[in-house]
Amino acid sequence: MVQPLGYLKESPSQTAGPYVHIGLTPNFSGIGGVYDADLGATMVNEKTLGRRIAVIGRVLDGTGTPLKDALIEIWQADASGLYNSPSELRGSADPNFTGWGRCATDGTTGEYRFETVKPGRVPFRDGRPMAPHISFWIVARGINLGLNTRMYFGDEEAANAEDPILARIEHRVRVPTLIAPADGDTYRFDIHLQGEKETVFFDI
Amino acid sequence: MTDFSNRKPETGAFFSRDRLWHPPGLTPGYKTSVLRSPQKALLSLDGTMSEITGPVFGHSMLGELDNDLIHNFAKPGESAIGERIIVHGRVLDERARPVPGALLEFWQANAAGRYRHKKESYLAPLDPNFGGCGRTITDEDGYYAFRTVKPGPYPWPNGVNDWRPAHIHFSVFGHGFAQRLITQMYFEGDPMIWKCPIVQTIPDKAAVEQLVAALDWANTIPMDARAYKFDIVLRGRRSTLFENRMEGN
Repeated sequence: MVQPLGYLKESPSQTAGPYVHIGLTPNFSGIGGVYDADLGATMVNEKTLGRRIAVIGRVLDGTGTPLKDALIEIWQADASGLYNSPSELRGSADPNFTGWGRCATDGTTGEYRFETVKPGRVPFRDGRPMAPHISFWIVARGINLGLNTRMYFGDEEAANAEDPILARIEHRVRVPTLIAPADGDTYRFDIHLQGEKETVFFDI
Repeated sequence: MTDFSNRKPETGAFFSRDRLWHPPGLTPGYKTSVLRSPQKALLSLDGTMSEITGPVFGHSMLGELDNDLIHNFAKPGESAIGERIIVHGRVLDERARPVPGALLEFWQANAAGRYRHKKESYLAPLDPNFGGCGRTITDEDGYYAFRTVKPGPYPWPNGVNDWRPAHIHFSVFGHGFAQRLITQMYFEGDPMIWKCPIVQTIPDKAAVEQLVAALDWANTIPMDARAYKFDIVLRGRRSTLFENRMEGN
């Protein structure tokens, strides 16, 4: 016999279901008066440092149909590459930037939209800089365990070319699924759950 | 944002996720998963700063009734209809350590099994005094509690005659974005748990049982509300004592 390690098992996931908006964006779902505002609806204020951008897109199923009942959360560094988190020990992040956003996809068009700032570069585990990126977490009816991926920026070709995570993708034809093309200050990041253009999802 | 001053900030990467314990993406018995499940292998990576960090939330954001679903949508002096219950427990990590400052958000159907949602078509009635959402943040010991009414079971379009057992949805934040979790709580003794295609997406019976809250007689409030105890486990972090130092760390 040996000593037991005593670890617990993570609680297993269950789908967020069709009514996730009641819990996470109640004002969006028409349940007013419980919370002043939906959490994560605003990431920036007038004092936030950095270049203002919008990130838009859709989540598409295996037939190419946009999900109208999905919920997306994003997490990113501030303009100088620092996270607004107690685990960030490299410095103090911009106090006027939360770094975290939450948005339901539109019930008619399936579009989501985040108003944020362009993140700075964050070091990889070995110290090499990663290219600017935004972490995504996608839940919806029919998704049994939240999906993790990253969005990179289409106008960061040099940084993307040396990014240690993008370099890990064996099938290079799939790299563009993580890169959002720029249209001025708006970046479009469509997430494909299945099919030829299936987004690279992460086991993080 | 909260500073848990009695604890050093944690910077370890998370234990790798046991994906055989969670439901797989493709579970044909739950039909909606068929076109919404990725088919290619996931890209595995040890956590970087982007996964190790995450948003934290301060108790000051909470309203007085946020953890009281019986009253947070009710007209003054009125309350939601149904069996009054307290749901409480702790948020722990895989190392069995309490997770303080964890934001929990929950949502549920009313006592008749009806959600307050425009896409809901079940003929059971809405309760004008029940919204169905609430939230709280764990204390220094990882403890949380909220008050609600027991949700009803309800039918849903999947198979011809599929029903959801009574359940409460939970969304949980730890301290890192990679800990983000959504799950559901079921009720001890409900025979419908084992007939549900969504429950059946979880392959291991012991994993399902981890989501079944026990009737907690000791914490029942006489003449008022029964209690159910529901502990939630988030991913644990590696100790960072002997990790290679990250840049600037």
